[in-house]
Amino acid sequence: MGDRTPLYDAHVDMGARMVDFGGWDMPVHYGSQIEEHHAVRKDAGMFDVSHMTVVDLYGERVADFLRRLLANDIGKLGEPGKALYSCMLTEDGGVIDDLIVYYLRDDWYRVVVNAATREKDLAWIRRHAETFDVDVKERRELAMIAVQGPNARDKASTCLPEEGREAAMELTPFFAAAAGDLFVARTGYTGEDGWEIILPGDRATELWACLAAAGIRPCGLGARDTLRLEAGMNLYGGDMDETTSPLESGLGWTIAWEPAERAFIGREVLEKQRRDGAGRKLVGLLLEDRGVLRGHQRVLVEGVGKGEVTSGSFSPTLGRSIGLARVPAATADTCTVEIRGRHLAARVVRPPFVRHGKPRV
Amino acid sequence: MSETPADLKYTKSHEWVRDAGDGTVTMGITDHAQAALGDLVFVEVPEVGRKLAVGDACAVVESVKAASDVYCPVSGEVVEANEGLADAPEKVNDAPYGDGWLVKIRLDDDAGMDALLDPAAYAAILDE
Repeated sequence: MGDRTPLYDAHVDMGARMVDFGGWDMPVHYGSQIEEHHAVRKDAGMFDVSHMTVVDLYGERVADFLRRLLANDIGKLGEPGKALYSCMLTEDGGVIDDLIVYYLRDDWYRVVVNAATREKDLAWIRRHAETFDVDVKERRELAMIAVQGPNARDKASTCLPEEGREAAMELTPFFAAAAGDLFVARTGYTGEDGWEIILPGDRATELWACLAAAGIRPCGLGARDTLRLEAGMNLYGGDMDETTSPLESGLGWTIAWEPAERAFIGREVLEKQRRDGAGRKLVGLLLEDRGVLRGHQRVLVEGVGKGEVTSGSFSPTLGRSIGLARVPAATADTCTVEIRGRHLAARVVRPPFVRHGKPRV
Repeated sequence: MSETPADLKYTKSHEWVRDAGDGTVTMGITDHAQAALGDLVFVEVPEVGRKLAVGDACAVVESVKAASDVYCPVSGEVVEANEGLADAPEKVNDAPYGDGWLVKIRLDDDAGMDALLDPAAYAAILDE
C-alpha cells in the first residue's frame, strides 16, 4: 500500500481505477481517460494533486535565497500573490526539479515541487537555506485540488468560502489569493484556464464533493498527462532531469539572464551553453503515420543524427499521436521515429499542440 | 463485472477464441482485458498469410497510456485481420467479442485448441 491523499476514499467511491504513482495510490481514471480529457478541454474537470509537495519558506532573506536557488528570478514578482515557474538547477546546470513559487509576503514564499522528487528537493533546499537563515517548512497537512477547463472557475466559485470568493474570481493568470483557509491560484498544468486550490487536508473531501456537485468532472492522472502533453508542458523525469539543462529542455524562457550579476546556481554552465550552443534541443513531434509515440523510442534525423522521444501519447484533441523529443540542435522540420522496428514519419513542431481548447499545430 | 460468453474459449493472458467449425477461428481480447487497458487508441493487426505459433505476439493494442502485446492462442495462418480497427480502435472497448475482433486464423492440424480454457476456468482466473 502506498501513501494516500485525504481524497483516497472519495476516489474509490467514485469508481476510480487506482494505481501506484511514485509511491502514492492515485486515480488514473474514473472510467474513461479520453472523456475526462475532453471534459477539461470543453467544460470543467478536477484533479487530486495532493501528492505534490508544498513547502513554505520564511525569513528576512528569503528573497535573496530564492534568487540564488532558482534559474528564474523572483525579483520579477512585483506584488504579493504573484507566481513564477522556474527550474532549480545543480551546479552543472542540470534540472533538479521544476516548480512554481508564490510570493506571499516579503518574508514568506511558497513553492510547490513534484512528488517523485520530494526528498532530494527538500534536502537541496535545506542545504542552501541555511546560509540565508531561511526556515523551510514542508506542509504535508495540506491537500491540493486543481480545477481546470473553460467553465472551471465559474463552476468552482460556488464552493469557495464567501470571504475571498470575489478576490479569487478577480485573479489574473499566475496570481494567487487567500479565500478563507483556502489558497487559490490561477495556475494549472493543462493549457486551460482554472485554479489550483491548496487547503487543509481535513477539508479536502468536503470541497471535492462540492465541486463534483457543481458539475466538475473528476479526472485521473491519465488525463492530466495527455492534457499537459498537448499543452507542451514538460514532465520532470522524462522530458528533463539532472542530465539535461533547461536550454536542452525547451525551458530557455524560464532562465532570467538579467540582471547579469545575479549568481544563481548553475549559471556558469548555462552561460557557456548559451555561448557555445547546447547541442541538443527539445521539440514537439506530430506523428504523420499511424501509431503511438512513447518515451524512449529512437528518433532519426537524416544527415543530422539521433535523438529520443521523451514523452509520447495519443492526443485526444488532435486524434493522432504527439510527443516531445530531444534531438540534435540542427534538426529541421522532419524526422523518423522507430516504433517496433519500423521507421515512421514525424513532423517537428513547436509546442504547444493545443491551447485553450484549440489546435495550434 | 466483465462479460465471459459461454460459447468461447479463453487464455490466461486474456484472449478469446471462437471456433467457426470449418477449420478457422476468430480471436480477440476479453472484456476484462479491454477494461483493464482503458480507452484504446491504436490497434496493429498481423498481415494476411502470416504463420503464427501459440504464444506469438500477433497484435498490439495501445491505450492512451501504454502498448500491450496480444498473444496468439492457437497456431495457424492469418486469413483475415480486422482492418476496420485502424480507424476505430474503440470498437475493441465497445464490443470486444463482436466488432472488436482482431484476427481470423486457419488452424494447423495440431493447433493447440485443447489447451484453451473453458469459460468457467477463465472466470475462475478473474476471481483470483
